[in-house]
Amino acid sequence: MYDFAYQKPSSVADAVKALGAEDAKALAGGQTFIPVLKQRLNKPSVVVDLARLGLAGIKVTGEAVVIGAMTTHGAVAASAEIRRAIPALANLASMIGDEAVRHRGTIGGSLANNDPSACYPSAALALGATITTDRRAIKADDFFQGMFTTALEPGEIITSVSFPVPAKAAYMKFKNPASRYAMVGVFVAKGPAGVRVAITGAGQGGVFRHAAFETALSANWSADALAGIATPADGLNSDIHASAEYRAHLIGVMARRAVAAAG
Amino acid sequence: MPQVTLTVNGKSASVEVEARTLLVELLREKLALTGTHVGCDTSQCGACVVDVDGVSVKSCTMLAVQADGAKVTTIEGLAAADGTLHPMQEMFREHHALQCGFCTPGMVMSAIDLVKSHPEGLTEAEIRHGLEGNLCRCTGYHNIVKAIAAAWPLMHGKAMPAAAE
Repeated sequence: MYDFAYQKPSSVADAVKALGAEDAKALAGGQTFIPVLKQRLNKPSVVVDLARLGLAGIKVTGEAVVIGAMTTHGAVAASAEIRRAIPALANLASMIGDEAVRHRGTIGGSLANNDPSACYPSAALALGATITTDRRAIKADDFFQGMFTTALEPGEIITSVSFPVPAKAAYMKFKNPASRYAMVGVFVAKGPAGVRVAITGAGQGGVFRHAAFETALSANWSADALAGIATPADGLNSDIHASAEYRAHLIGVMARRAVAAAG
Repeated sequence: MPQVTLTVNGKSASVEVEARTLLVELLREKLALTGTHVGCDTSQCGACVVDVDGVSVKSCTMLAVQADGAKVTTIEGLAAADGTLHPMQEMFREHHALQCGFCTPGMVMSAIDLVKSHPEGLTEAEIRHGLEGNLCRCTGYHNIVKAIAAAWPLMHGKAMPAAAE
């Protein structure tokens, strides 16, 4: 790892200011960023630790689950309030990485990184979440802009994420047995914004919505409604873990399981 | 260079480190606590797990500066001053939950957090899920799972609730 200067500001305004320095990078839970630094894939001049900004916390109302950006996956998985309001979200968090990784990794870090195999982007997109930053609110539909790319401006910090409570939702992932990242993850939701199906782990451009599945499920919310709808392999990832064709097949399987689990 | 002040196994320590120093490097190289191992150095294997402010953390994937002000417990901090083993260590010994021992410090630290965070009891499936971040290449996990189930009643001072067994 290259050395860097380290700052731990105690206000969002100070953190934004510190991130204005050339080649400054934000550090949330570090479960992706620290491995990236170890591999010397990134050479920041300053690392700005967001741990002291007071951005961790969970608030649940009748209509929404609002999660502070620095809330860990472990805290989301263990939250009885989230488990009551959106059990699919708590389940998703409980399957990220492993116990120790979940104690450090954060929702804000995951969304800002937008790894094409990360779990959280699918929940944000399928539930129609709103991502709030130090300067604005961004709809999930506008937030994810391709692999490792988001609508965030340089130095912009996510402060919280608001998930509207759906009538039904479930997440199913076919995980890589070593890394536990999603080889294919499917989040299905029937909520205030209608039926939405988001796929992670599969697309070359990161998380995406599955229009054909959404149309079928809007007419008939059942796993059977998805039978016979093929997903084209075009634009899907092909790597040592799975071919694009296999991922296309898994999307159908995971989607049917998710709808069945959502009830 | 940044100064890091933290409590390790009940003792205060103040160490000057480079910002890029990992917590595991601080423990092993600055404080000579070599019980915490580095296995894969890629946050997969869990040999480096320590307790930071009450939760298990992979110390190869945390900067030392992030632990400023934290309370850290390592494998060296578990046994009593007279050498009496922690119940989890004792059950690992009792159930032969190790062969080469390289993964053991991380296994024990993860196992203690797992038992503490499940006062309602633990099923075998939950123990195996809880150990997903700890790799053992010798024992095949079976005796490790047995040791953790056996440590639960000792740590909670009561029998494991029947529903969880």
